[in-house]
Amino acid sequence: MKTARLLRSATFRLALLYMLIFGGSVAVLLGFIYWATVGVLSEQVDETIQADIKGLAEQYERRGTRGIAAIIGERIRKDPGGRTVYLLTDPLQRPLVGNLDSWPPAKPDADGWIAFELVDRGDPDERPYLARAKRFVLQGGLNLLVGREVRELERTRHMIVNAMIWGIAITLALALAGGIAMSRSTARRIDSINQTSRDIMSGDLDRRIPAGGTGDEFDQLAENLNAMLDRIQGLMEGLRHVSDNIAHDLRTPLTRLRGRLEDLDDADLSAAERTGRIDAAVAEADTLLSVFNALLRITQIEAGGRRENFAAVDLAAVLHDVAELYEPLAETKGLTFSSHIGDVQNITADRDLIFQAVANLTDNAIKYTPAGGSVTLHAAGNTITVSDSGPGVPEDAREDVFRRFHRLEESRNAPGSGLGLSLVRAVAQLHDGDVRLEENRPGLKAVLTVG
Amino acid sequence: MRVLVIEDDADVAAYIVKALTEAGYNPSHADNGKDGLVMATAEDFDVLVVDRMLPGPDGLTIIRTLRASEDQTPALILSALGDVDDRVKGLKAGGDDYLTKPFAASELLARLEALTRRASTRGTPAETRLAVGDLEMDLLSRSVRRAGTAIDLQPREFRLLECLMRNAGNVVTRTMLLEGVWDYHFDPQTNVIDVHVSRLRQKIDKDFDTPLIQTVRGAGYVLRDSGRNSGP
Repeated sequence: MKTARLLRSATFRLALLYMLIFGGSVAVLLGFIYWATVGVLSEQVDETIQADIKGLAEQYERRGTRGIAAIIGERIRKDPGGRTVYLLTDPLQRPLVGNLDSWPPAKPDADGWIAFELVDRGDPDERPYLARAKRFVLQGGLNLLVGREVRELERTRHMIVNAMIWGIAITLALALAGGIAMSRSTARRIDSINQTSRDIMSGDLDRRIPAGGTGDEFDQLAENLNAMLDRIQGLMEGLRHVSDNIAHDLRTPLTRLRGRLEDLDDADLSAAERTGRIDAAVAEADTLLSVFNALLRITQIEAGGRRENFAAVDLAAVLHDVAELYEPLAETKGLTFSSHIGDVQNITADRDLIFQAVANLTDNAIKYTPAGGSVTLHAAGNTITVSDSGPGVPEDAREDVFRRFHRLEESRNAPGSGLGLSLVRAVAQLHDGDVRLEENRPGLKAVLTVG
Repeated sequence: MRVLVIEDDADVAAYIVKALTEAGYNPSHADNGKDGLVMATAEDFDVLVVDRMLPGPDGLTIIRTLRASEDQTPALILSALGDVDDRVKGLKAGGDDYLTKPFAASELLARLEALTRRASTRGTPAETRLAVGDLEMDLLSRSVRRAGTAIDLQPREFRLLECLMRNAGNVVTRTMLLEGVWDYHFDPQTNVIDVHVSRLRQKIDKDFDTPLIQTVRGAGYVLRDSGRNSGP
């Protein structure tokens, strides 16, 4: 189980790959060392043998068979251990002089090199050892074999090869152990993320991924995931808040509607009274429906689904239309309405929604400003401002009023659903803009930016 | 007047059929897209009421099919509460008007009336003069007279009056006015339209004995010469 999991782990597989690459590199490095030591040593042996042959060939030319035999004999005497091998034979390979009994049976290679085994004459129990020799044919058909025992060379070669095998084995073992350790520590961090995710999925939304405190990539991942979770939780709370509010805000009109319907069940009612009560009930239902419509509209706009109606919009014309539509309403309420629509930029927008947003702001300004006050629609660039001389909104409530159904205590009894500003914000954000409320001294200033 | 109602929801369909019958229409009903399309092509109707979402071909497909075969019968599209703003799609498909469910029967009737009126004047030379009772409107010189007296109207007031006069005798709802006169489809939070109508009233009716613009409670406005009965 555990092994299978380890093999599936991405970090462990990376460690394994790393181990192979590292092991390969070490093998190449050791190969070079081998070539640089053993190779050079055996080349030296070959050079010595060739120099020896060259010297003996010269002596043969100068002093003939007898002379060379004497030299060889002399050399053998000086080397009782038999580190150097000499054998001079006649053309029929019968030995004339030398420390070998017979011509070695091994076949020489193209250059005349022969590798063969020797037994130490001084110690017959010792295991045979390797020697390397070269055959040279002297003038007159005599065969000369000059060689060296390569016991030392072989021993060195053995040592180096052994060291290399162990070196690679240790390297691989260390890399593997490191890989497992690394993958374990990474897996632990990922496990903690997974565990937190599972906890959250099973409903514990307050869980957060613990940070290691080192500020590494895992900590950054944890931070980002935590920030994402915070955002989701915020949205969830917003949603819960909205549903609470829907339940609360719609319970009252629904109860009223229910009451009105019950009132109809009264045999003593005159036809006119009955019609009046039916009308009132229908009006109540219509109010409820318009609230639902407004909610759905906001949701749709927030989901960004309305961009299909985007087109080039003459913003100035839309604003003039709003001013024209609302000016009579303001005047009827005894307000001074003025509009200053300057050099506004034309935008790609949903004309109806922009109209609705500015209309909502204007409507609010007119609704909350007492008679004798003023409402001004001002626009320049991509900024539309609706300012009034009304009671304003306390600074700490200027963000809350954009929440669905949020209404200030003092305006609870004014008509409206508490959705107007939520819609304005949704429209603004759909158009890559925003809306905020500012102090107008006296009154309130709503600043809407689009695009 | 024959109306074809293509609506799969039995309750909504019954509500529409009842309202239409009471208003003097002669409604037929189909409860799925396939039957609806067959009926619309086989029989002759004055106006269609088509639900957007239907089993079989949906409302937009039906209208598109009819328009492709040169059938110009005016069509009003109904849509569910959920797709509040698919109006543009509906009109692009060849629908003539659009109404979101749930709706008041008065709104549906007012819109159907306006649709059939528009269709009946289609093809006739464009009117240059409208008259209701002693109120006259010259569309070329853009002047209005009542009982021979010239009345000075702002451009928007002129269009408002024109809209009411074209639908004389029929209820025009507030949303119809917003769409027809201001050309915006939106949801006014206060009855901002009423203020405009009352201003127009000041100019048209104030100095005369018989008021022409009347408020229909819970529905909208109607321009009618109450001296003579010019109802449908």
